[in-house]
Amino acid sequence: MSQFKQGHITWLLPLIIGLCIMPFFVRTYTVEVAILFFTYIILAQSYRLVNTTGDWSLCHYVLFGVGAYTTGLLSKSFGIPIWATIPIGGAIASLVALAIWQPLIRTKGFGFFIASYALGELVRLIWVKVHNPFGGPRGIIDIPYPPMVGPVDFSKPIPYYFMAMGTMLGMLYLMYRIDQTRLGDSWKAIHSDPRLAASMGINVRNYRLMAGMTGAFFAGIAGGLLVHRLGAVDPRVFDIISMVYLVIWVVVGGTTTFWGPILGVSVMQAVFEATRPLLEIRPAIFGSILIVFLIFLPDGLDDAIIRIRARFSSRIRGQPT
Amino acid sequence: MDLTTAIQTAANAGAASCMYAMIAVGLSLAFGVMQMANYAHGEFFMAGAYTVYAMYALGGMPYWAAIAAGAGIVAVLGLAVERGIFRPTRGNVLAGFMATAGLAFIIQVFVGEVYGWGLMRYIPKPYMIPFEFLGASVDFTRILIIPAAVASIGGLIFFMRRFKLGQALRAVAQDPEIASIQGISIGKITALAMGIAGGLAGFAGGLMSTIYAVTPTLGHQVILPAFIVVIVGGMGSVEGAVLASVIFGFAHTFVTTVFDAVVANMVVVAIMAIVLIIRPQGIMGRVAV
Repeated sequence: MSQFKQGHITWLLPLIIGLCIMPFFVRTYTVEVAILFFTYIILAQSYRLVNTTGDWSLCHYVLFGVGAYTTGLLSKSFGIPIWATIPIGGAIASLVALAIWQPLIRTKGFGFFIASYALGELVRLIWVKVHNPFGGPRGIIDIPYPPMVGPVDFSKPIPYYFMAMGTMLGMLYLMYRIDQTRLGDSWKAIHSDPRLAASMGINVRNYRLMAGMTGAFFAGIAGGLLVHRLGAVDPRVFDIISMVYLVIWVVVGGTTTFWGPILGVSVMQAVFEATRPLLEIRPAIFGSILIVFLIFLPDGLDDAIIRIRARFSSRIRGQPT
Repeated sequence: MDLTTAIQTAANAGAASCMYAMIAVGLSLAFGVMQMANYAHGEFFMAGAYTVYAMYALGGMPYWAAIAAGAGIVAVLGLAVERGIFRPTRGNVLAGFMATAGLAFIIQVFVGEVYGWGLMRYIPKPYMIPFEFLGASVDFTRILIIPAAVASIGGLIFFMRRFKLGQALRAVAQDPEIASIQGISIGKITALAMGIAGGLAGFAGGLMSTIYAVTPTLGHQVILPAFIVVIVGGMGSVEGAVLASVIFGFAHTFVTTVFDAVVANMVVVAIMAIVLIIRPQGIMGRVAV
């Protein structure tokens, strides 16, 4: 395992150094896009955590929203500092997942998709319906920016960029560790063979619930990070269309390895930025990409890279594939 | 709520029940036969409505001809989805479902680019007479969906019970392996199921086109209710879908009249959650989803 990690350091370190010097040489717009990009990476990665059990929930974007709403409300109405609100947002998202998963855990496959979609929609409708404190259809505005800490003003893009990047790296590290532990292996066992997993003493229900809650926690953190930069949150953002975009990221990147979702977000956000002039037909482009991937590359880009690499190295060594 | 309002609401609820039954029966049938869920089913409904808009409101063709054409076009669309998406992704529910979500985006953009985004399309009502009943007057075009649904779904159930091909549909839904040993071609049956599903959705879309705001995102409004109906009724069960549609139609319409549409949506999702906790396989489903 440690060897595996050392191999990654060789390309991770230059990448992180690159990200550290990048904001000083680009436009503010790019910095803002990068901040969004970091929150999306946490979101996509947390979604993979839930998916390792085989549960592709369609309420993950709403749980991301729970984090955003909680964080926004706490800092706006109670003046709680951002350092406390973001973790609380994650915890609340996790609790909401605990409630949502009670009926959800009785379903699997298609029933799970639809029930999670409907229950997520229920949470979203509560935001639309309840004006106090959620602000109804218009959502919450004027959420305070993070304060000054010493000489550093976190309401400015570049300091926030570093805060978001630090949070992202920290969360990714945590999720990587969870993925490598017995817990992560149990989740994968549930996906590959639920009955075998149960006979090995894994409580399938509890482990699925745990995966849902863990994923929701990290999604909530990402939501909090997003809302403090945007300064506003509104229920329309968290509908099923955004959820399908999240699925597209993860499908394109693949879930075979830990790096798949990160790759997926990077590729699809690049496509997103490149298709700005084609705003009206962009959903069709994303839809086509999704169909092509699901039919021809159902395991995503990371799996394709693994296979190409395996073929390449076997050819060099002269081994049969 | 006085009697007149109650009768009027009941008539609307009946119409809504029939509409959701026509949408959900096809969805459930297709799921039963090939274990695949079609997210673009709402877009099928929308495509039926747009066919009526294009042929009847723009083209000046007879109303019923336009509706029949809509059902036919959407049935062909269903066949295309079966061939192009569900066959290549066979055995992977997630892939089939998400790929049709991608297709839904494509259909929406196509319709939006051809007929314009934004404002709803106005479709004149073919029958301006109101339908009078016990002092309440109900829109006649809205009531028309009730006989249409009874005839089409009744016909489908009759077909599935009495005809060889319909019995083959049920056989494949029960056990595809045994059915194929008996000489039933699975591919033909799944194509038939998707054709029926598309035809019913297109028919319902055409009938409701004069009532709904016809926009490219119309399908988005009906797909979640249709899915909830399929889950509550029991996946793969046609009769269950009909029963759940009636429950859904009445619960949704009455709560909308008394409170508002947002509360109504919350209530039906809550009903779904309760059904899943008490009876995960749905009202008439055989196995847990």
